[in-house]
Amino acid sequence: MNAVPLLDVQSVCQAFRKPDGDELVVLEGVNLTLREGEIVGLLGRSGSGKSTLLRAIAGLSPPSGGEVRYLGSPVDQPAAGISMVFQSFALFPWLTVLENVQLGLEAIGLPPAQRRKRSLQAIDLIGLDGYESAYPRELSGGMRQRVGFARALVVHPNILLMDEPFSALDVLTAETLRNDFLDLWGEGQLPIKAVLLVTHNIEEAVQMCDRLLIFSTHPGRVVSEIPIDLPKPRHALDPRFRAIVDRVYVEMTARPPGESRAGPKSERFPGTGIGTILTHVSSNLLSGMLEAVSGEPYFGKADLPAIAQALQMDADELLPVAEALQMLRFAEVEGGDIRLTEAGLQFAHEDTDERKRNFYRHLLTYVPMAAHIRRVLDERASHTAPKTRFLDELEDYMDEEAAEQTLRTCISWGRYSEAFAYDDQRQVFSLENPA
Amino acid sequence: MILDRLPISIIRKRFVPGRWDVLAFLLVVALFIYLAEAAHGLTQSLDRLQATPISLDPVSLIGYSARTALRMLVAMVASLLFTFSYATLAAKSRRAEMVLVPLLDILQSVPVLGFISITIVFFLSLTPGRVAGAELVAIFAIFTAQAWNMAFSFYQSLRSIPDELQDVARSLRLSPWLRFWRLEVPFGMPALIWNMMMSMSGGWFFVVASEAFSVGHTTVTLPGVGSYIALAIERRDLGAIGWAIGAMFIVILIFDQLLFRPLIASADWFRLEQETGFASSSSWVLTMLRRSQLLNLMRRSFAAVLHGGPKIRLAIAAPDERRRNSAPKWWTDVLWYGFLLLAGGFALWKIVWFVREGIDLAEVRHVVVLGLYTLLRVIVLIAVASLLWVPVGVYVGMRPRLASVVQPIAQFLSAFPANLLFPVVLSAIVLFKLSPNIWLSPLMILGTQWYILFNVIVGASALPVDLRHASENLRIRGWLWWRRVALPAVFPFYLTGAITASGGSWNASIVAEVASWGDKRLEALGLGAYIADATVAGDFRRTVLGIAVMSLFVVLLNRFFWRPLYARAERKFRLQ
Repeated sequence: MNAVPLLDVQSVCQAFRKPDGDELVVLEGVNLTLREGEIVGLLGRSGSGKSTLLRAIAGLSPPSGGEVRYLGSPVDQPAAGISMVFQSFALFPWLTVLENVQLGLEAIGLPPAQRRKRSLQAIDLIGLDGYESAYPRELSGGMRQRVGFARALVVHPNILLMDEPFSALDVLTAETLRNDFLDLWGEGQLPIKAVLLVTHNIEEAVQMCDRLLIFSTHPGRVVSEIPIDLPKPRHALDPRFRAIVDRVYVEMTARPPGESRAGPKSERFPGTGIGTILTHVSSNLLSGMLEAVSGEPYFGKADLPAIAQALQMDADELLPVAEALQMLRFAEVEGGDIRLTEAGLQFAHEDTDERKRNFYRHLLTYVPMAAHIRRVLDERASHTAPKTRFLDELEDYMDEEAAEQTLRTCISWGRYSEAFAYDDQRQVFSLENPA
Repeated sequence: MILDRLPISIIRKRFVPGRWDVLAFLLVVALFIYLAEAAHGLTQSLDRLQATPISLDPVSLIGYSARTALRMLVAMVASLLFTFSYATLAAKSRRAEMVLVPLLDILQSVPVLGFISITIVFFLSLTPGRVAGAELVAIFAIFTAQAWNMAFSFYQSLRSIPDELQDVARSLRLSPWLRFWRLEVPFGMPALIWNMMMSMSGGWFFVVASEAFSVGHTTVTLPGVGSYIALAIERRDLGAIGWAIGAMFIVILIFDQLLFRPLIASADWFRLEQETGFASSSSWVLTMLRRSQLLNLMRRSFAAVLHGGPKIRLAIAAPDERRRNSAPKWWTDVLWYGFLLLAGGFALWKIVWFVREGIDLAEVRHVVVLGLYTLLRVIVLIAVASLLWVPVGVYVGMRPRLASVVQPIAQFLSAFPANLLFPVVLSAIVLFKLSPNIWLSPLMILGTQWYILFNVIVGASALPVDLRHASENLRIRGWLWWRRVALPAVFPFYLTGAITASGGSWNASIVAEVASWGDKRLEALGLGAYIADATVAGDFRRTVLGIAVMSLFVVLLNRFFWRPLYARAERKFRLQ
């Protein structure tokens, strides 16, 4: 390993100013080094600021604190040796495949003949020959992302930044593209020295990376680092592979000390205050998950990675469901497992009306914000209250977006359990049910 | 359900007036008083109107502004009615579509002021000697500035309703009436509202011309901002012009707050999908409408009328529904084409007769040459405005905070009647002894250049963040950035603006090629000046000839230049 790392990120913070003047901290004290020959994965849920970090490293939005050093010198604007691949492909629709790929070379002022030669090489390498004169809109998603790769590689960068490059593709296409990329990387055919990959797909991360950094949410911090020293190519069914996936799940469901904002009685069940941020999970998804875990072959206790695979869900989708069930005391999540509580098992076997009553009890007992809304509605003579009233309360604890989302979750769960009603046009909560 | 039929005061258990009700009540009462006053004025006789001349006193501007605003509102209501009937007919009947759509295209290119001179006699004869007739002339002129693009937008919306929604409406067996209000109008609303705003802006430009008009020996001055401005120009009163600008600014602001903001905010509900880039709009008026119990009662009674609608079976609409699925009958087609042939033949005969009566070929040639002069002006002006505003628009559009400040200003400026700047330009031309042929021209684009600016701003701000990041990451800068990123990205938007600006400039040429300030009068060589002169002289034939040639120019320009260009841009540059 080299003495000077390719990339050195030192205690980087990123905060944005909200319209009301407060600061919204997205990243906090992130350290990271990237050395030659490695693929490092940044793994975390949405809202963990991993894409923000990637953009800071790319020099697109300089961090508000800390420092990013590339080959020893600070990065404060887009650097020559750092290329990026985007989740949305970010191709210019008015340029052909060849023109898109050439663009970066045009920017560094290469003569046309050389530009063309190098672009054709890159197009060839990435498996796009024959498509040179096509426009992006004529290509499938997989082909578009290949253009994205070719465009990033043609400038011969040292570092390739990938922002969820496969998540806009269907499973099969993503798999093919991932394998092609790993093959080229393994054969040393790519003109790059290291890769930084942002993803929320745990399997993908374990498949590709030599090292994983796991991020917490609100604000984003590195909570743990997992080295992966399995030989490549790796197989998803390999027990060692599974063991690492399990470990990632454990790390991602573990709560670091101090993050939980809850009171004293909440060691196992997080979030007892009004200020808990609720992620929106539909009641359909909750019942579906309860049914799945209570039935064969889990009978109430399931391994999270296993159930993610069985239900074809990303960790990013699965974990919020598990957490919501945990908050409602329908399940407990521990050590990468989910186990249904008594009430959860019961719920899975009830009919619609019983489920609603069950959900109603748990909602008003264990979700303080929902209980609070109901109490206010009960106390008021008109049994109505405007949305802004609760939004203002929530914004004492969290930023605007999180408050909106939390309230939306309460509305959705309140409607399902018929605990209260909400009129979106008038933006008013009420107790009256149209029925 | 039954409750819906009861008087509203019975349904609500308690009526608790809130602060929104106080505001709503005041506004409603004020509106009634005002409408009653305005209606009273209509029955006045024209002679009495002439006996009370326009006053340049700033205080009287309040009343004038209200009159002008009311005229614009009435014209807007008329435009809506026209839109709903004309566009619906065009979208639903294949046969009507064949005629109505090209007709709309032509109507759109006829200069607005042309309509005044042609229809004035007709409207005045409707209510002889009364103000109402003159009001109709003014309202009709404003209507012609508003209606066409609204109808066109609604027609296009109707044609693009997703098949699935149509199928649902059909399988639920919604009556045509219900389908119209539940599906078609909500679907077309967002685009229609945007066009209503554009129309309102366009209407202002012609208010000045439509309130004070004279054809031959008939001179009418209706009380309003337009007449006020006309008098101020005649008397060379710069102070009064300043007051008029202020009054217009306030009226535009009020329209924005009372009418368009609530409309835009409520149109968000109709949007099929949540589009990015449109921040959810807010409006205090809409909040009042929703929160005020009083207005809710009124809304409910209105809704009851709508609900009653389905009971009215529209007999004509029912067979149309069946016909849609069966092959068109050949003999109805024959009848229809026969009818069209007859109508076309009659129109041709009428025109030939008209031309033979008093127009010689030399005159036609002369008018065409004048048209070429005006064409040259339009082209040069659009080019100059583009060079100026495209870079500015891109710069502004890339900075969201700046864009939110500049956008409304540009919109206001587009509504700003160029006539108000005539004094300045005229004095300059006279002072420096400049050629009116060149220096009167900028007046044509004064009001319309802003369309280019704000469309480019919209285009630049619609560029996805990822594309901007990608170009930064590839370190594309300078001229390469303009060539490869910025200009292609805004091109379709720029074209939209340029097309509107070009159409508007033709329209404006009638006002701009002849300008006066007091007794000073300057004239440029061009088709606009020709039409203006013919109108003032009351020369019916030359007016019609001028207008026809101008319409022809606009239609040809659209067909053979703008439309192919736009189709190309749409294909190549539109971001998915």
